[in-house]
Amino acid sequence: MIEIKGLTKKYGSFYALNDLNLNLNEGTVFGFVGANGAGKSTTFSILATLLQPTAGDAFINGKSVKTEPHEVRKQIGYMPDFFGVYDQLKADEYLDFYGASYGISVAKRAELIPQLLELVNLSHKRYEYVDLLSRGMKQRLCLARSLIHDPKVLILDEPASGLDPRARVEMRDILRQLKGMGKTILISSHILPELAEMCDEIGVIDGGRLIAHGSVSDIQAQLKGERLITVKLKGLTDRAARFFEEDPFVTGLEQYTEKHMITFKYRGSEDDQMRLLKHAMEGQLSILSFAEQETDLEDVFMEITRGVETV
Amino acid sequence: MRVNVNNPVLVKEVKLRFRSLKSFTGILFYLIAMSIFVFGFIFLNTSLTGTGFFRPEQSFLLFGMLTFIQLGLILFITPGLTAGTISTEREKQTLNILLTTSQSSMQIILGKLSSSIAFLVLMLVAGLPVYSLVFLFGGISPGQLGLIFLFFFLTMITVGSIGVMFSTITRKTIVSMIATYGTMIFLAGVTAFFFLITIQVNMMGSGVNTSPAPFAHFWASINPGILIFTLLNPTTDNFVNEMTQIDFPVWAGFTIFYVLVTATAITISIKKLRVNMKRSK
Repeated sequence: MIEIKGLTKKYGSFYALNDLNLNLNEGTVFGFVGANGAGKSTTFSILATLLQPTAGDAFINGKSVKTEPHEVRKQIGYMPDFFGVYDQLKADEYLDFYGASYGISVAKRAELIPQLLELVNLSHKRYEYVDLLSRGMKQRLCLARSLIHDPKVLILDEPASGLDPRARVEMRDILRQLKGMGKTILISSHILPELAEMCDEIGVIDGGRLIAHGSVSDIQAQLKGERLITVKLKGLTDRAARFFEEDPFVTGLEQYTEKHMITFKYRGSEDDQMRLLKHAMEGQLSILSFAEQETDLEDVFMEITRGVETV
Repeated sequence: MRVNVNNPVLVKEVKLRFRSLKSFTGILFYLIAMSIFVFGFIFLNTSLTGTGFFRPEQSFLLFGMLTFIQLGLILFITPGLTAGTISTEREKQTLNILLTTSQSSMQIILGKLSSSIAFLVLMLVAGLPVYSLVFLFGGISPGQLGLIFLFFFLTMITVGSIGVMFSTITRKTIVSMIATYGTMIFLAGVTAFFFLITIQVNMMGSGVNTSPAPFAHFWASINPGILIFTLLNPTTDNFVNEMTQIDFPVWAGFTIFYVLVTATAITISIKKLRVNMKRSK
């Protein structure tokens, strides 16, 4: 559905995007993770036919963004990170204008607009002026606008930025519905756990280069060469600490005597970890819990991008 | 009968423009000012002079003054209406969304231009009843009025196209405004000055015009003020032809030049709207 081949965008000697390669299947929800200026918006702008790449090409449903931009525009729904609305235009007129811009007939528009407003929970604001709507409502209206021509691909650049927690939850629910409709969605966000929840795949971009790509669990697994393990005990913490310290795969052990808790980093395989736990049980250590701490996407992102900076 | 206007930008722009109170008050004050001028002129020439009647020559003078006021209005308002059409969209961050729709660059540019022109046409048409008062007193033919309105329309389209072009190629509205007003001042003022200079240069030595002065004719032909003079008083056309020793009507030169400028400005706007795309269908 989406094929990006060696996409590069240069401004003078600065690479905003450097040899980006990516393939996404139909129905995939892809999360684009990266710091400000990493190249997310540049990628999205090229896919939305707003920017011409310096080198490489991208294809949406087989149509090139470089040579067939008009065809690409019919297939995508684009929501930029920052956007404005027209003054003196009501919500239904706003959607009607964009519907007409995609060549949708008057009758079809009249049928579609209430459905889209319903989808984004804005039916009650149908006759309100768009410039008077709240930020969250404008975001949802813009999302409805990007769906008016029933595109196969949605390109959403930071759709939840600047929204309060309630508006974020509402936006996330709508995106889940869209995922259920089988849309291929490219979404960028700074709120990484949100992406983990709804994305099938994520890509981490830094300095214009895609430095990691895969399923959320794959990316997390990349870090699992060193897992953080927490052991909760019923007394005898010193003895337990000595026991774990003797294991060759254990590093950075910390002991919290008052809480009867030990934490350490573990480099061994899952089998090694299983053996360690078995030995600990056989060694009469009173273990209440032995748990691997969940690594969230924030940690993954920090870990991966830290690696890049030091290279 | 249902009119099919297949340009969403035009429909939206017209809706927004005519919905705003600013447009309504603009037309209202324009009509008030025009009425005060016309009725004041008639009053001064009838009651205050004690004659009690209005002669056709006076009616023609009033018509001439009104025509130049209208021309000034067109030259002053058109840049204001068109020089921000695209740059304002860019500044308000609505342009990117518009550019990702299926609308062609031509549709967007022509929609923007025609909506601005539509407002100006409304303004001129709204002033027609006051303007037509001169017919009551004679001295003017409806054909003359029609011809003047035709050239007003051409001037509007050309200045409007220049405004849209600057709005497309510059990022900021203020820069676009300055460039468009600058061009308008050049066309309305500087060309007249150049006409006089080139005539003087041509007359140097002999003191009379003996050789053709194509540049002088060119400057005279592209000046809207000189054009209106020739339309109001055809002898002015002969005067220009005698001065420049070129027998070519001013209105024809004006039409050719303004049509060419309009076509060039619209083409540049269409090409430059999607700045970084090599091909845009």
